[in-house]
Amino acid sequence: MANTQHIPASEDLPNGPGAAAILAAGIGSAVLGLFALLGDAFSGIGKFFSFYNPTGPLSGVTISAIVIWLAAWYVLDKKWSARDVNVGRVSAVAFVLLAIGFALTFPPIMDLLQGK
Amino acid sequence: MVTVFHGMGFGALFMLAFTGAIAEIYRMSAPGAPAVPSQRDQTMLRLYLVGMVVLAWATVLSGAYLVYPWYRAIPPAGTTDLSAYPQKLLMSSPNTIGWHDLGMEWKEHVAWIAPIAMTMVAYVYTKYRASLAKHRDLRKAVLIFTVAAFIATGVAGMFGAFLNKYAPVRGGETIQLIKGE
Repeated sequence: MANTQHIPASEDLPNGPGAAAILAAGIGSAVLGLFALLGDAFSGIGKFFSFYNPTGPLSGVTISAIVIWLAAWYVLDKKWSARDVNVGRVSAVAFVLLAIGFALTFPPIMDLLQGK
Repeated sequence: MVTVFHGMGFGALFMLAFTGAIAEIYRMSAPGAPAVPSQRDQTMLRLYLVGMVVLAWATVLSGAYLVYPWYRAIPPAGTTDLSAYPQKLLMSSPNTIGWHDLGMEWKEHVAWIAPIAMTMVAYVYTKYRASLAKHRDLRKAVLIFTVAAFIATGVAGMFGAFLNKYAPVRGGETIQLIKGE
């Protein structure tokens, strides 16, 4: 991919849609971790998340997280689609949410939070 | 065969594809990058990222809905040979229970971060194309999420390989469902 060209000025777009997608991905990751923790910590929630019995709570945890991720993306995109936002700040929040997602899916941290 | 498609097909291809994606996104994001790729190269990268998204979703969906039910199947009462019941086989020994408690418990959840992140990455690249070069913070975020997806995939792939070594998922004609979980 060595060929290069100038960027036409007409290709300028507001950064809002990109920021919305980035923040939504962070939200999706954090919610995934949160639901995984809740499903593991509380048997009632675990049962609720068993949308598809052969897969168990994992089915509900992931489907619910995906729904919230897509809903958050839709709402943020509606709000920011035609404007510029502070991407640095939005990205920082998204990275924190991403880190929360990683942390809450890590079993030793899940166990620690549950006092196991 | 299903486990082969899940791990060696979708998963391994997805994992391999990260090298190209990270290199190309880094090249665009690196300080002092003089210009942006041509229209043809942009189209190629767009198709490449969309292909990764398809592989990522195929990997987690096949894992959760085709392989995982076999992994977590419970044996009928009185079964002594647990080789067809990987989760129970691993949990039957203190020497192997960690592969389930840490390996599978982490893998089954963290893997889903990868398709979420890569869907965002492909969307942002497709939306902005050449003009992404003018959005430094967007490029940086895209690169970091790509690396995060790579790490999540690495964790899932590594534990998948180890789990399959200690307690292979072979499948069968029927699945005994785990009640109440």
